[in-house]
Formats: sequence, C-alpha cells, structure tokens
Amino acid sequence: MAHINLPEGLPGIRGPMAFRPQTAKPLNELAEVLLRSENSLTRGERELIATYISSLNDCFYCQHAHGGIAQHYFQCDINYIDAVKKDFESTTISIKLKSLLSIAASVQKGGKQVTPQQIEKAKNQGATDFEIHDTVLIAAAFCMFNRYVDGLGTWAPQERDIYVERGPRRAQEGYLNFDLYK
Amino acid sequence: MAHIQVPDGVPGIRSLVMFRPESGQYLYELAQLLLRGESPLTEAERELIAAYVSSRNECVFCMCSHAAAARHLFKDKKQVVDIVLDDYKTAPIGDKLKSLLNIAGKVQKNGKEVLPSDVQEARKQGANDREIHDTVLIAATFSMFNRYVDGLASFTPTDPKAYEEMGARLGEKGYVLPKQS
Repeated sequence: MAHINLPEGLPGIRGPMAFRPQTAKPLNELAEVLLRSENSLTRGERELIATYISSLNDCFYCQHAHGGIAQHYFQCDINYIDAVKKDFESTTISIKLKSLLSIAASVQKGGKQVTPQQIEKAKNQGATDFEIHDTVLIAAAFCMFNRYVDGLGTWAPQERDIYVERGPRRAQEGYLNFDLYK
Repeated sequence: MAHIQVPDGVPGIRSLVMFRPESGQYLYELAQLLLRGESPLTEAERELIAAYVSSRNECVFCMCSHAAAARHLFKDKKQVVDIVLDDYKTAPIGDKLKSLLNIAGKVQKNGKEVLPSDVQEARKQGANDREIHDTVLIAATFSMFNRYVDGLASFTPTDPKAYEEMGARLGEKGYVLPKQS
C-alpha cells in the first residue's frame, strides 16, 4: 500500500501523477524532451541510460518500464538489457555509450563523483557537450523519478513480461498527453 | 571549470539552463510550481526542505542559494534556517516540519528508505497526504538538481553576498528562466 491515498490501480509513477496532475505536467514535459526529442543520442540509448540509473537506484518500476521501452528500440531481448544493467562494459554497446554510462553511474552516486577523466574519455570517444549534458541530466532526472516512485511506496506489477509487452506502445505514445489509466 | 562549454561567470544551474533551455524551461517550471505554487506547506518551509536535502547531497550552490531564499522568506525567524541545516531535531520548528524533514532526508538517500513508521509519525504530527507528497517530490527534485549542478561542475560562487542577492531574488520573484546571453 502506498504511503498516501493514491487513485486505485495505477502502477509506479502514474498514481502520484494522478494525485497531483499540476506537477505531473513539467515532469512529463521533461521526460519527453530528454528521452524523445531530436538528439544525436538515439532514443534507445537515452532509454538505456534511464534504465541503467533506475537499476542502480533499485527502482523496480522505473527500470522495467524503461527497460521495456529500451528493448523495443534496440530490438533486442530481455537478456541484453539485463546484461547492460549488470555489467555494461562486457556488452556490445558502443564505447561512446559505455563512457556515457560511466558518467551516469557517477551521477547516481553524487554529482561530484563525475571526474574530469570520465568527461575526457567520453569526449575522446566523440561525445559532444550536448550528449554529456543530456547524459548527466537524464541520470539526475531518474534519481528524481526513482525517489518519487519509491518514496511514496507505490506498487508495481511484478511480472516483467508486462513491461516488455507494453514497450512498443509506450515508445509510440511518449510522455505527453498519455492516458494514465491505459 | 564546468565539464561543458557554458556561459562564463554564470553560476550553478543558471549556466546550465542557458546552455540547454529546451530542458531548462521545464526544470524552472517544476521549481516554480513546487516551491511557489499552491501548497499547504509555506514557501519558507518548502525552501527549507530544499536547502536541507541539498546540504545532505553536499551541493554547495543549491544549499546556499535555497538557504538564502529560506532566510528571506522566514524574515525575522531566519536564524532557524542555519539551526535546521546544522541539526533540525534541535531546531525551534514544529514537530510536523521535523517529521517531514525526516522523510525528506530519507528520500535523499533512496526512496525505499521511507518507512511506514516515518509516514505514521508525520500523520501523527498532523501532516496530510498533500504535505507528504510535496515533501517527497521536493526531496526527489533536489536530488536531481544537486546532481545536475555538480555533475557538470557548474560554477559555485564562494561569496556569501552573492547568495544573499540570489536568495532575495528567489524570494521575491521565484524561478524565472534566465534569458540567453
């Protein structure tokens, strides 16, 4: 049971968003611009950063919701996403993305954990200032979303297949003007 | 020096949202709504929660600017801000605010740290659903802002006067997206 009275039957962040739609608006606008707008980082890469951070924060709902979306964009299976979460260095994602995930991992611990060496490594791999900026902000934003979801004690369906099955629809509908109840 | 090329001499989050206003506009909209929008918590209380979380995240820029805003809003009770940042349990604030700061501190670590007993205590002290919701979201939001500001190594002023001015501006005008230079 959630820590406050949230509308019935809504998983994860949907309950708190239904509870207070006014703050849901900029939260969703932020998610939309960070994860889906025109960017040199693909949508899949950005959803993967979100998924990875959410797994570091041990947030079940967020890591599976975004993992399902990432899986759709990468057209891979669930094991691939699990491998990235467990040890991204050993996967076949690009070296540039690995350097950005290292930065994201540091952000999750604390902003000051990001080192100039990590930044230089990413730039050497071709990461632009925009890509580094967005990596840090996506990581920071998911440290917020994960805390919102877990801090209010929200529930989430535990069957992972549900998130994988919904991935394509979530990828298509985006974060603006979606129906919280669908 | 910041990790990316942001406008020179502009402090903290201001430099970052000038770099990327497409996302910055929503960060400011969120801050304005959360900290200045309608809420059962006063603006002063909300700034205090923000400053408290920022101090726990060791983000000097955010802690100093929001502590300054809180002092401005607390007016003749402004000394309470520094007492809270030092040890809120001994501060001359109500038990309800103490129970909410406890929740905020737990959210700062990880959402799962908030226990039913923490929430129960807050309710016992008179906190309602909306106050608990806003406390959690403010703490979560500042866990983002603190990481954003320090994660990109944005410029952190060291002069207390600079923060005093920021605090007065934040207290009077709220969160207005800075214009591009």
